[in-house]
Amino acid sequence: MAKQQVLFTGTGGQGLILAAIMLAEAAVLAGKNVVQSQSYGPEARGGASKAEVIISDEVVNYPKVQKPDVVLAMSQEAYRKYGFTLDEASILIIDNTYVQEVKSRSKNFYALPLTRMTRNQLGSEQSANVVALGAVAALSGLISLEEVRQAVLQRAPKGTGERNLKALEIGWQLGVEALEPAAVKPARVG
Amino acid sequence: MSKARLMQGNEACAEGALAAGVKFYAGYPITPSTEIAEIMAEKLPLIGGTFIQMEDEIGSMAAIIGASLTGAKALTATSGPGFSLKQENLGYAIATEVPCVLVNVQRAGPSTGLPTSPAQADVMQARWGTHGDHPIIALCPSSVQECYELTVKAFNFAEEFRQPVIMLMDEVVGHLREKVELPDAVEVVERKKPSVSPDEYIPYANNESMIPAMANFGDGYRYHVTGLTHGENGLPTGKPAVAEKYLERLTRKLDPYLDRIQLYEEILLEDAELIVVAYGGPARSALEAVHAARSEGLNVGFFRPITIWPFPQEALEKYAGRQFLVPEMNSGQLVGEIERVVGRRQVQRLNRIDGELITPDQILQRIREVMTHVQ
Repeated sequence: MAKQQVLFTGTGGQGLILAAIMLAEAAVLAGKNVVQSQSYGPEARGGASKAEVIISDEVVNYPKVQKPDVVLAMSQEAYRKYGFTLDEASILIIDNTYVQEVKSRSKNFYALPLTRMTRNQLGSEQSANVVALGAVAALSGLISLEEVRQAVLQRAPKGTGERNLKALEIGWQLGVEALEPAAVKPARVG
Repeated sequence: MSKARLMQGNEACAEGALAAGVKFYAGYPITPSTEIAEIMAEKLPLIGGTFIQMEDEIGSMAAIIGASLTGAKALTATSGPGFSLKQENLGYAIATEVPCVLVNVQRAGPSTGLPTSPAQADVMQARWGTHGDHPIIALCPSSVQECYELTVKAFNFAEEFRQPVIMLMDEVVGHLREKVELPDAVEVVERKKPSVSPDEYIPYANNESMIPAMANFGDGYRYHVTGLTHGENGLPTGKPAVAEKYLERLTRKLDPYLDRIQLYEEILLEDAELIVVAYGGPARSALEAVHAARSEGLNVGFFRPITIWPFPQEALEKYAGRQFLVPEMNSGQLVGEIERVVGRRQVQRLNRIDGELITPDQILQRIREVMTHVQ
């Protein structure tokens, strides 16, 4: 496998760093080399948040993402910063609960109701990060569902394992459906 | 080796400390080192150790000195602003030869600086932040695996040489999560205890090893500990001959052991016309740039000081006459050592001070420029 670079972007408090850690953990379980890093402001909530994962069969030296293969944007600001200019060869996933204004793309674009779906199916927005992780994992095809499941169980806060596994299923399903040809067309918003 | 797992640099540092036998932690949490305190708070009580959150960094440093004098392996962790505050008592620990490990996960300064951004701002502070002539050991990891391994080494050096050891990390490595494989067991060194009775014990003996045996407070060996210049019995002295003898030994105590203390890594140096010297987090960018330059046919190599103090000058001296490039995330600190060893005209600098990790492209660009100039 060539080096795969993934960006989780949005707002502080959305749990994007944890989602990135779970993906990285899953990559370790799959026997890959992996590095995970993040940048954030001094505040605990609010402000821009970005988490990065690089998965590779080779040793990863420089630990920051240079050219992302997959970008998840969970806020309009994050989309503007990381999604707007993204190469069409890379996969762009947006949470259309928060990102409403988007430029049209001819391919590799998935607008999914990640947070709305979490609210509807799990009763609150908590675990939207794991729903997003499920979608990222399904759409990128980097790691198998079983390894992501195990990583979610290992890293989910105490007592939230079951809820987060449900969240993962929801996100994975969203991703799988989006990959089916019928679902690709409506995703071409613009 | 146990199985692979994902771990953060700060976490690996804490795990390394536990593997080395740490029993006491005193600190005042500060980004980007806080995870070390959090893990110590959780794990030390479970193994009969002690965690204290002190009123400030000055108190933290004092507390680990006290704990170490009773025989406990002691640790504190901080970042630049806290490192400044610890300097006075760091000097006290050096002068009284009390083993301890001080982790500094560097961020950008001066003052409170950029709290969540990486930098290598404290390289010279680690060497000369506390006043007076003194020996110091500072280790600089560039991977999560190394955070673990070097923390074990830091404790071993501290105990063997009765010497405070600084783990000079940076935010890049401290907050990075990476795949690690931790060993099932590590080599652990304990401090040398007196082999004589309390009556015959000379606490600061100027013996051949340069490292006096150290009795635990409470074991019946009554002796005096002071930051004042002292004689072999530990009592303050104003006598020039006694002062000189003490300082001669103190400032040279690491000399017989430099071979083991000065760690470094060399890659692709044999035919290198240009050698990139980098340490800590930015060394990862440098190594990537060196490989990229090689694939362009440029004869470039990589030298990484792992021990930055005492600086491994003899290892670098072998390459005098070549060209050097020193990327650092400060405005030029360790580069002074490289210039001192190989000559100022041979050395190019590359500095980044905006709180972002220096990139492989930046370094590669400079490598191309320097190599064009050389030819």
